Amino acid sequence: MKIKAHQLIESIEFKKLVRTRWTVSFVLLFFLFLNYYGFILIIALKKEWVTEKLGTGNYGLYAGASVILFSWLLTFLYVFWANRYYDQEVEVLKSKLESETK
Amino acid sequence: MGSSLGQPNFISVLFFVIFVILTLGITYWAAKKTKTSSEFYAAGRSITGFQNGLALSGDFMSAASFLGISGMVALKGYDGIIYAVGWLVGWPALMFLLAEPLRNLGKYTFADVLAFRLKQKPIRIVASIGGILVTITYSIAQIVGSGKLINLMFGLPYELAVVIVGGVMLLYVLFGGMIATTWVQIIKACLLLFGVTLLVILSLAQFGFNLENLFSAVETKFGRTALEPGGFASSPIDSISLGLALMFGLLGLPHILMRFYTVPDAKEARKSVAYATTFIGYFYIIIPIVGFASAVLIGREQIAGIDKGGNMAAALLAELLGGTPFLGFIAAVAFATILAVVAGLTLAAASTISHDLYFNVFTEGKATENEQVSVAKKATVVFSIVSILLGILFKDQNVAFMVGLAFAIAASGNFPALFLSIVWKNFSTVGGVFSILIGSVSATLFIIFSPTVWVDVFKFDQAIFPLKNPAIVSMSLAFASAFIFSKLFPDENATAKFESEKVRVYLGIGAE
Repeated sequence: MKIKAHQLIESIEFKKLVRTRWTVSFVLLFFLFLNYYGFILIIALKKEWVTEKLGTGNYGLYAGASVILFSWLLTFLYVFWANRYYDQEVEVLKSKLESETK
Repeated sequence: MGSSLGQPNFISVLFFVIFVILTLGITYWAAKKTKTSSEFYAAGRSITGFQNGLALSGDFMSAASFLGISGMVALKGYDGIIYAVGWLVGWPALMFLLAEPLRNLGKYTFADVLAFRLKQKPIRIVASIGGILVTITYSIAQIVGSGKLINLMFGLPYELAVVIVGGVMLLYVLFGGMIATTWVQIIKACLLLFGVTLLVILSLAQFGFNLENLFSAVETKFGRTALEPGGFASSPIDSISLGLALMFGLLGLPHILMRFYTVPDAKEARKSVAYATTFIGYFYIIIPIVGFASAVLIGREQIAGIDKGGNMAAALLAELLGGTPFLGFIAAVAFATILAVVAGLTLAAASTISHDLYFNVFTEGKATENEQVSVAKKATVVFSIVSILLGILFKDQNVAFMVGLAFAIAASGNFPALFLSIVWKNFSTVGGVFSILIGSVSATLFIIFSPTVWVDVFKFDQAIFPLKNPAIVSMSLAFASAFIFSKLFPDENATAKFESEKVRVYLGIGAE
């Protein structure tokens, strides 16, 4: 059954899609904040944690690179989710929409 | 150590000339394809996610990242790494919050997103002010940097260098529009990634390809402290504020945002951020190695002796490890980097002037394709001349604060309004206007009153505003004013249109 854009917005599926989209975004954003501001705050407040030796270097040297790697990982997690779930849902919803909407 | 830095070096000039000829060839090819406004502003939406990812990284990895961060690590050790990390973390945020909605809602500039359901005229005028403020401060910083760089590297006079950069960039944008600018960025990003990778491999070869050996060499020469955080993060609020500006500034940089319109759909927009994050992340992970290696192999005094800020560390290291040809290559890459970033900025400013101000405000959408492209080209010429002149005027100023200013305005003026217009149903025109104005003005004023300008530039004893970067305060002000003014002056029309905006944001229906 085809429906109009207005009905689509009100549909449970669409609302769920929007809610899931922002939940995923904000959960990932939360981890990004934890990751980056955690790093900054540890350096500012608990410096001794990062200056501890690790081989000839220290934890801080590898932590910097890990923060970048983890952020990169979060980006790919989002892409993975979007390709796997979001795009599919979008296609389903689009196919329900009447073609007369511009 | 003798260095041929600062002398007109045949090989570096040759590399640079090859780069310029190659890219001008592309511009010539692009010029033939650039007829409509969609081709001029958005490369006809024909760029793939991978290409756009490279172009985005090209737009973002400025000379400040390449020369500045390696120099900071060389002279200050660990603190440079903190900076490098901060430059990357905006990309995931851009992906989670803006990439897809931006692509689905807009046509050519970020103001399109705001104007989708708010009143065209007022919102486009203030959005243009915010956008142009960001692009002009950012390009002045780049141009002044390039002048100094060329001066140090080739020994050319400052003014001549600025005119060369301005002139070549003008040609790219004027004739090739977004197609040429994109390809210039792609070539530059590849050259930069290749150059830095080679530099890292050659450096590590000196240490038996073992990072541990490099770290212990740093420790032997400069002591343990070089590998540990120093004074950078002494004030946590200051570091968080800087972090906010770096992270959300990216989400308000017009020349980055407009790249999302060059790809055909939201899926490709998503891919481009993923690729950009990969390239940029890789770059920022390996760039500290260049800094540490140059500190060990060349020495801090020598690096600081040539340039106080350490900006020549990478170039000196290249000369030491690969001789004059490699120095020439790295110098040309650095020059190309600035050229490309400034071209991107110029195009963003020209689009704002012609698309937002001329087309949508001045002629109320009645201008023809030809008129629009013609105004965009005129705007390009004017913007280039103004930036060249300001670049010469600011010759002896420390421009670091200008980059800070550009990011602070982008984070406080542009980002809150952009984000709220996508997610908040009751966001109103008045709320948008005040959010942009209060965000940009407060960011600018706070920077002027901050220690960076009030004390370092104006030489007053005490800064009026305590933080070096105001983002934490100015961003909050922008969000608060958006909320208060939207509540005080609701916009029924905007609320009603939220529904059609939603269909477009989430499903991409009707997106061009």
